[in-house]
Amino acid sequence: MPAQVPGGGKRELCARGLHKHASYTGISRASTMDRELISSGIRLATPLTLAAIGGLFSERSGIVNIALEGLMLFGAFAAATATLYSGSPWVGVLAAAVAGAVVAHVHGLVCVKFKGDHIVSGVAINILAMGAPPFIAGALFGTTGSTPDVARSLGTWNLGRIGASSTGYSPLVYMSWLAVPFAYVLVFRTRFGLRLRAAGENPWAAEAAGVNIARVRYAAVILSGIFAGLGGAFLSIGYGTSFVRNMTAGRGFLALAALIFGKWTPIGAFAGCLLFGFADAFQMRLQGVAKIPPQFVQMIPYVVTILVLIGVVGRARPPAALGKVYDREQSSGAE
Amino acid sequence: MKLLRAVFIPVLAIGAGLGIGAIIVKMVGESPGEMYRLLFTGAFGSLNGIAYTLFYATPLIFTGLAVAVAFRGGLFNIGAEGQLTLAAFVAAWAGINLSFLPPLILVPTCICVAVAVGAIWAAIPGFLKVRFGVHEVINTIMMNFVAVGLANFLVTGPFRAPGDQIPETTLIGNAAHIPRAGALLSPVGLDMPSYVPLNVSFLMGIVACILIHLFLFRTTWGFEMRAVGLNPKAAEAAGINVAKNIVLAMAISGALAGLVGVNDVMGYEYRYRDGFSPGYGFLGIAVALLGRNHPFGVLCTAILFGALVRGGLTVDMLMERISKDIVYLIQGVIIVAVASAGAGARRWKTRALRERAT
Repeated sequence: MPAQVPGGGKRELCARGLHKHASYTGISRASTMDRELISSGIRLATPLTLAAIGGLFSERSGIVNIALEGLMLFGAFAAATATLYSGSPWVGVLAAAVAGAVVAHVHGLVCVKFKGDHIVSGVAINILAMGAPPFIAGALFGTTGSTPDVARSLGTWNLGRIGASSTGYSPLVYMSWLAVPFAYVLVFRTRFGLRLRAAGENPWAAEAAGVNIARVRYAAVILSGIFAGLGGAFLSIGYGTSFVRNMTAGRGFLALAALIFGKWTPIGAFAGCLLFGFADAFQMRLQGVAKIPPQFVQMIPYVVTILVLIGVVGRARPPAALGKVYDREQSSGAE
Repeated sequence: MKLLRAVFIPVLAIGAGLGIGAIIVKMVGESPGEMYRLLFTGAFGSLNGIAYTLFYATPLIFTGLAVAVAFRGGLFNIGAEGQLTLAAFVAAWAGINLSFLPPLILVPTCICVAVAVGAIWAAIPGFLKVRFGVHEVINTIMMNFVAVGLANFLVTGPFRAPGDQIPETTLIGNAAHIPRAGALLSPVGLDMPSYVPLNVSFLMGIVACILIHLFLFRTTWGFEMRAVGLNPKAAEAAGINVAKNIVLAMAISGALAGLVGVNDVMGYEYRYRDGFSPGYGFLGIAVALLGRNHPFGVLCTAILFGALVRGGLTVDMLMERISKDIVYLIQGVIIVAVASAGAGARRWKTRALRERAT
């Protein structure tokens, strides 16, 4: 899990090259450029949105999820591998969700059943994700940690001219948009959501009111794995065509930042993801054109998140019981 | 008894890691016995092998100690990665720009700026916690990316060595080099080639372990810091300045992380190279945890992890279907196991205490 700035990855270099190409060959009509910027921002926001929505379920239930990065990597790898073996990218999408869920379940086991530290468990999963996917890829395909290109990636669905794109977007882009209202309804308009939030705010009171905290938190963590896994699938078979070592390049942490930026709400997190996605697209556009170093544009999301936390730009309050090991045998005073 | 418990759980976790590693290697169709034999001989089978093991252990001693000290003060420093990145950069910067100084002045100067930058970068989230009540975990993660971005900007832009393929600075002056094992061992008659990168910073790591042990367990300052870590409210009531201790714990933690830069820049590559750290800061969390946040536990664990890295490279070279990534896999499993088992042990302890009370 080397702290790599998103946008430093291999695929972005390709995208960067494309941008430069477009501007050098004289496609300078403002409308074309703007449309390109919008669609590129939307694409870059997609893995963040899926992972952030995943993180929302887990964190709202009280389980810290810094494992998003690792869950995305497992998802990306599973998607590419399953697509290679089955020939169908949709099997890949399913595999990404399953892989995310299984690994997230390990996180849940450590945090809920064994009452281990959430952050330690998250770090462990991220380290596992540095090793396991490249290792398995090497063993299966004889490569140095990447998968071969898939024959057929997800492609795009053209649903009219939504979002300034003439070709449409990957189905996972539309799924990420649907994930936002889905999360809103599930967390704020259902009985399960009420229990989930209660588990994150005051598990002792919730348990006393008859909520099975362990079950709610398992469900929340597994949901987070499914969504983060889908975010990874977008990277490997939606936007790209293969799994590459460490291809998330810090996007899991960026998603976490967006979640905090959005004050742990689905709509706020989505806004954060779009903002960060557009910042990234803008930063790529700036390269070779403006004098502002792209690294400073890339830093903006992280600096903004710190400012949000210290209350300079609004105030974000995490769920009260977030990260606290819950043991019903012990009173709330014992942390 | 206490020692037994302190050793029992890590050994159990290491066993779990190696065991699951063996199962996976078997599934891939290679022989686990052969792999572990190669891993062990690669790490400890020759003098050079041992030197490399200790070299790979050195950064983990520093980051492990960094995380452990912060943890003793009740803080989770996930930001060692950013702290060591910036520290390494300024060490290189000083080594290049102050190279007119004699070694006796330049070497301590470079070490001091690295340590200072690490300490300052870590103290910021400590201050934000004290002043604004923001949990340090998120801030240290965010500051990692800011630090890496900043260093990336500096080394791809103003400080990039002209003509080099990868972003890196020019070489630091010879006066800023610290001695390698080859030079140190030749007087005692041991022969080690000069390309072996083990250097004085390993000894600094051992000294740091001793000093941190003395600080934590033999001084009033260390006692206060541990009191804050165990129960800030009680510490406050006892008249301990909690705010000061939080910032201090983070600063010491960052200073230790900064020493990684000394190992890499002044003892190994003699320059700052973009992305030189393969995640030392995060592995430091694992090292601290497995070493039970005790300086000597950290030392032993760092050497174990160093051996895994060195042995992993041997395995990578000699076994066709096993890559060095197996090492991360084993390390990940070890941490999952230790995180689960530690809490299990805590539960048995409270249960035992409760039974004794009734």
